[in-house]
Amino acid sequence: MKLFHLFSFFAAYLVADSSDVENSVGQFFSSGHTNNWAVLVCTSRFWFNYRHVANTLSVYRSVKRLGIPDSHIVLMLADDMACNHRNPKPATVFSHKNMELNVYGDDVEVDYRGYEVTVENFLRVLTGRLPLSTPRSKRLLSDDRSNILIYLTGHGGNGFLKFQDSEEISNVELADAFEQMWQKRRYNELLFIIDTCQGASMYERFYSPNIMALASSQVGEDSLSHQPDLAIGVHLMDRYTFYLLEFLEDIHPASKANMNDLFKVCPKSQCVSTPGHRTDLFLRDPGSVLITDFFGSVRKVEITTEAINLTDPIQQQEESSVSEDANKEMYSYVDQLPVSEIIHQKPKQKDWHPPDGFILGLWTLILLVFFKTYGIKHLKHIF
Amino acid sequence: MGLLSDPNRRRALISMLTRLNAPICMLCYCAGVCWFMGLAFEPFTLRTYMSENAMGSTMVEERFPAGERALATAREFAAHKKKVGGMPVDWLVKTMQARGLEVFTQSFSRVLPFPDENKERYIVKGTNVYGILRAPRAPRTEALVLSAPCSPGDNNNQAVGLLLGLAHYFRNQIYWAKDIIFLVNEHDLIGMQAWLEGYHHTNTTGMKWTPLQGRGGSIQAALSLELSSDVITSLDIVLEGLNGQLPNLDLANLFYAFCQKIGVLCTIQGRLQRNDWDSVSGYSHAVQTMMLMVMKQASGRPWGDHGLFLRYHIEAATISGINSFRQYKTDLTTTGRLVEGMYRKLNNLLERLHQSYFFYLMPSLTHFVSIGYYMPAFGLLAVILLLRALDLWVQLVAPPARTEDGIAEIEQQSSPGVRSVLTPLIISHLTGAALYLMPVHFQEMAVEHFPVSETEAVVLTAIAVYTAGLALPHNTHRLVSGEGTEQGWRVLKLVAVLYLAVLLGCTALINFSLGFILALTMVPVAAFVTPDVPKVLSAIVFVILSPACTLLFSVFLFQELQDMPVSLQDGWMLYISVISQGILDHYLFGSLVYPLIALMVYPCWLLFWNILFWK
Repeated sequence: MKLFHLFSFFAAYLVADSSDVENSVGQFFSSGHTNNWAVLVCTSRFWFNYRHVANTLSVYRSVKRLGIPDSHIVLMLADDMACNHRNPKPATVFSHKNMELNVYGDDVEVDYRGYEVTVENFLRVLTGRLPLSTPRSKRLLSDDRSNILIYLTGHGGNGFLKFQDSEEISNVELADAFEQMWQKRRYNELLFIIDTCQGASMYERFYSPNIMALASSQVGEDSLSHQPDLAIGVHLMDRYTFYLLEFLEDIHPASKANMNDLFKVCPKSQCVSTPGHRTDLFLRDPGSVLITDFFGSVRKVEITTEAINLTDPIQQQEESSVSEDANKEMYSYVDQLPVSEIIHQKPKQKDWHPPDGFILGLWTLILLVFFKTYGIKHLKHIF
Repeated sequence: MGLLSDPNRRRALISMLTRLNAPICMLCYCAGVCWFMGLAFEPFTLRTYMSENAMGSTMVEERFPAGERALATAREFAAHKKKVGGMPVDWLVKTMQARGLEVFTQSFSRVLPFPDENKERYIVKGTNVYGILRAPRAPRTEALVLSAPCSPGDNNNQAVGLLLGLAHYFRNQIYWAKDIIFLVNEHDLIGMQAWLEGYHHTNTTGMKWTPLQGRGGSIQAALSLELSSDVITSLDIVLEGLNGQLPNLDLANLFYAFCQKIGVLCTIQGRLQRNDWDSVSGYSHAVQTMMLMVMKQASGRPWGDHGLFLRYHIEAATISGINSFRQYKTDLTTTGRLVEGMYRKLNNLLERLHQSYFFYLMPSLTHFVSIGYYMPAFGLLAVILLLRALDLWVQLVAPPARTEDGIAEIEQQSSPGVRSVLTPLIISHLTGAALYLMPVHFQEMAVEHFPVSETEAVVLTAIAVYTAGLALPHNTHRLVSGEGTEQGWRVLKLVAVLYLAVLLGCTALINFSLGFILALTMVPVAAFVTPDVPKVLSAIVFVILSPACTLLFSVFLFQELQDMPVSLQDGWMLYISVISQGILDHYLFGSLVYPLIALMVYPCWLLFWNILFWK
């Protein structure tokens, strides 16, 4: 009797377990992304912009440490600080003063260097429209299951980012590039981080789905640099990226920290500028998005000894139907340049006065009529 | 109808112009002078700020340690200098080579047009020694220069010592992106001119020099050191260069920024800044500082060894250490750190200094007046000349109704017009040419006939020619047939006024101070001279306002401003030496003040003198 109970219990358990495996298989194939890419761009050259290169290399270091391989990182550095003649410590780029952390190291693979970092190359990398001769290391070979991290730093303004002191990319261009990526199914989800002055203006015009954006400062604010190093003679890092790097140093590949923690990085007390973020285009709740979804390259590995029948697409269809509906909603064209809104926004005058010329003319008319009718000799009665 | 094409309105405008001409001229003159004086008032000036992004803030760590060793080197240098009786070339070459520089020498020689009594030299032969510190990793395309003069006696030994100490320290650093040239020049400005001409392959002054064996790239900036004491109380920066050219204001800003950081007292024109700009004494202090700068700029001579670099578009300044009676002394290590900081910042430059102003006046080291603010002062003075010219034009076109012979006189006026203008013009310019050529070329004859030295002969010949020019009007009239006509002097005055306006305008553009000072004295003269003013009185006023007397008064004023007033006798000797230095500067370095005054300003003044004695 006992044996029978035990046996039935065991059988029930097995049955339950197998259906559980089916569930987890379903879950396994319904997860959002399967690979990670990173595009890290530093747009300014010259020795006194050392901190922009240090910014980009810090993010590169974090991203590599968390698992994204060099083959999936497109690193664009506009100038060579490590081998600049003015660098007192050649072949190093430091991000902390007193030279605690050398972010250049000996394992850096720069894909676009020096004058190759141009607006055109950047947009071609994003949209994939590269000439056939471009090597693999210079291509962003993402697919519709890729989560891409895009990090930009340099000098910027309201609505533009300066590339190499000679050209600019505007926020409209960037938004259109992302839309091209969406329509070519080149990303699953996109995290856009920008550390420049007035950085929030760069993500204002995005209209493609599944983009989350972070910026180091709002429109009208300057992003400030963090610390000068007297031995090297330049500022080493920008504040926002410095605190971002500090935050990322605590993240390990299995970390469960989510985007809400990232939004809290560098509050106004530390950054002086107000960092901003934009999540309205993102489908998932930011609280459920892990940092490692973008910064790391986490492979989901489940070991099972069961044989699983893959002919039935289990839950995937349900999920995909849901996501297709959501996609279908997003297919409508969003007004890129809301001209009509701009035109109708006339500033309202607080207190209304009739125009000055009108009053003057009116009184002149009254006076003229009066004197014409009654003659000038009545003037003395008035004054 | 338009304002100017309607004959009624035009007549009204013209009559207003004729009636109000004199009052408007007086008003403009007063306004111009007031504007100029107001430039030193602090609320009207701007604070200096660093314009070049690459130089940023003073964010470097200066680590120069070897002030004591620099002093020991200075003493060695002094000993060798005394032993050799000039520049110790071999010792300098050996010492620079020991510090790891590439050392080269250049010898030069020059025979001055006449002996220089201030520095007691006539035939000058010398050697420049310079060492190049090659940038460890950079291509040899750009260079910075640090120079110290080798002066006779006990002067500037510490400057050379500091230069060698810095050379040793700089050689051990790897962050230099430009070559640094350490130059010790002999016979101060003459040696510097020879070196610069050799470096840039030009020969504008007729000096003989050996070509340079070693070169850096194009020079981006230069500093000249002048230190004659072991400790200093303050550092003075000298900016005025040849022909009144000034270096980019960023260089002065850099100097001031480092003075602030290191905590050294810094001055300009040797005067400390004051904080009480709203008090009378504070304002007069600023005015005096600005006037010193204006006078130094107007003289057109280089006031430091840096002055000759400016012509080649190299921003340069001289830093001189002053040791006065203050308690807090700064030692050589701190001065070395300041220079090191400045050079590290100049090292970061990617282009020549060009972001800040090239034309400015400084009433103090922290405030400046840019060309946009000081030019209207000169403009107001130039407007007087234009108004006068318009008035004369109106009078010429519609002659005043004072005909005695009626038709006959009108006919007569057209023909002597050109001749009566051309003759004074030619004769005045010939006198000017005589003033330019005769003093130097006829000095031997003068020395033969008079018991004076060559320098005095040159200057006294110049003064004699100048005075002889005053006798001209009587000669001109002998050439021109008959007395001058009414029309004639008006045409001559119109030409002279326009000539003066163009001359002063061009001068003010290049050297504002010279143009303004000349305008101050010559514009009233030019505006109000007619043959009808009382002759004796106006002749005296004329002579007082002539360029030569302006120079005499400026000499006295300059000495007064520097708190070293001179007696009449000494002032006259100083005046003579100033004239001789001016002539020498022209022949040695190409200064343009002497030819400008002799060939253009003086003939212009003679034209007005001619008009005064027209009848």
